[in-house]
Amino acid sequence: MDITTDNNLAVSANQLTKHFGSFTAVDRINLNVRNGEIFGFLGANGAGKTTAIRMFCGLLKPTSGEAWVDGLSVNTDSERVKQRIGYMSQRFSLYEDLTVMENLTFFGGVYGLKRHQTDERAEPLLERLELKAWRRRLTRDLPLGFKQRLALGCATLHNPRILFLDEPTGGVDPAARREFWDLIYSLAEAGSTVFVTTHYMDEAEYCHRISIMKDGAIVALDSPSALKSKFNRNSLQEVFFKAVAG
Amino acid sequence: MNISNTDIVLSVARLCKYYDGIKALDSVSLQVSRGELFGLIGPDSAGKTTLMRLALGLIKADSGDIRIFGFDPQRQAMRVKELTGYISQRFSLYPDLSIAENLRFFAELYLVPASLRRQREEELMQFSRLSPFRQRRAGQLSGGMKQKLALCCTLIHTPQLIILDEPTTGVDPVSRREFWDILHKLKSDGISILISTPYMDEAQQCDRVALMHSGKIFADAKPDQLPALFQGILLEITGADLLAARKQLTASGISPRQIHYLSDRLRLIIPSKDEEEQVKSILGTDKWSVRLAVPSIEDTFVERISRG
Ligand SMILES: Nc1ncnc2c1ncn2[C@@H]1O[C@H](COP(=O)(O)OP(=O)(O)OP(=O)(O)O)[C@@H](O)[C@H]1O
Ligand SMILES: [Mg+2]
Repeated sequence: MDITTDNNLAVSANQLTKHFGSFTAVDRINLNVRNGEIFGFLGANGAGKTTAIRMFCGLLKPTSGEAWVDGLSVNTDSERVKQRIGYMSQRFSLYEDLTVMENLTFFGGVYGLKRHQTDERAEPLLERLELKAWRRRLTRDLPLGFKQRLALGCATLHNPRILFLDEPTGGVDPAARREFWDLIYSLAEAGSTVFVTTHYMDEAEYCHRISIMKDGAIVALDSPSALKSKFNRNSLQEVFFKAVAG
Repeated sequence: MNISNTDIVLSVARLCKYYDGIKALDSVSLQVSRGELFGLIGPDSAGKTTLMRLALGLIKADSGDIRIFGFDPQRQAMRVKELTGYISQRFSLYPDLSIAENLRFFAELYLVPASLRRQREEELMQFSRLSPFRQRRAGQLSGGMKQKLALCCTLIHTPQLIILDEPTTGVDPVSRREFWDILHKLKSDGISILISTPYMDEAQQCDRVALMHSGKIFADAKPDQLPALFQGILLEITGADLLAARKQLTASGISPRQIHYLSDRLRLIIPSKDEEEQVKSILGTDKWSVRLAVPSIEDTFVERISRG
């Protein structure tokens, strides 16, 4: 299959690899994520998820192998890749000393939006994220669940087709997590592809397909129900234990 | 050491704390007994971290009383420090030191005898699976690896009371299970633990759990008793195309207090029997089936929060 011309693929990796010195953080991974899919990127701590995501986002050069995002090569087209995607990093990179609205304006600029475009899009976005009342508040004063929604807002302002969310719900309480997943569903329903990491196995259940990483390699990849029957386990938690701890 | 021989390790009575006139803690009372694993759950800004910081004497209460082993954390700070270990939500390690050097630093800080240190270090490296990376600088670790190293540093001295503020955020399921094995082991050695967590499977493993919201404790019970506090009706809808079911409900003016998807079903929290009948008649019986579900701790939590 000629991946670069398959319009149905949002993200695809072929033997993608990253070394730090003599250490292999990402070890020849292969995967294909379809447009509109919610793909869960799971794995043990230090397995290489963040490193792989940073390569997909054009932020880190692969040591070898290739990846395509929205049909663009991360090796040769990393600048255009950055414009096509939204990225929410593990420690939400918001400016704590800016207000909610100022953060949106700032990220709008980063993604190349004109000021009036940002303003037009910010209104309905703040409404949908239920952040309207907070628009003039300093980000540092926001409860964590709100910061996380704002970080999602900043990553989606430029209407990217593909979203990379690295542990977007870490430390967030159950009620806020449910609301956040409701947002993810509505984004996917509107046609976005969502590539998400999480350590919550109930969230993994929400994904169309998931992969599980260990020591830089993908050790399992399928839909939650297929993985459960493949591993002969009742829950994804058990599947994870089996895949990672043996 | 002269620990008063009461079995109450931490005792909090009618504690109040204001920040800029906003009530962060509103007359909170609770007791943690020796060897008890006590969980605090609640949304962000419920007051969990404030309560922990008060217990450690890091900040002062506006009114009320707090004692650790009978000591006042403000006036007998040294005693309290000897007896407690703490991990804050945003614990920072020394990024330029390696894993091994960070551990050694904390062992020295807490005066852990050299004879004990080796064994402790080994145990902690085992559970955390950090052994192969001993020489790596903390700044180059993944998010979850940093969190695990922070845990190891806190557990290197063996305090009598351990206060853990969301220690397992970002930690993978395997390490989380091993971390809880350690907590249970510490507990069986008579060590008391106060822990906050956003994971309901962890709340389930506590001896007692307090649900906090807006600076108040609104429940303090064994985990199994919590679902009894659920008010309203939890409905579960199964069938194909749940999105369509949801749209149909919304179009008919049903606005549940809470709604969420599990992989193959939709769950609604609704206030009363009347709505239950309405939902059933809107969805019919051809495409979907609607039934009552048993609330979990998480459902109870979410339901309570949705009432404000
Ligand atoms: N700049 C770097 N130099 C050396 N090693 C690094 C560097 N960045 C990451 N690593 C190592 O690469 C491995 C993978 O890290 P990564 O952050 O991708 O893990 P992760 O799967 O995201 O883990 P977590 O679930 O804990 O977030 C780890 O062993 C980490 O220490
Ligand atoms: Mg990571």
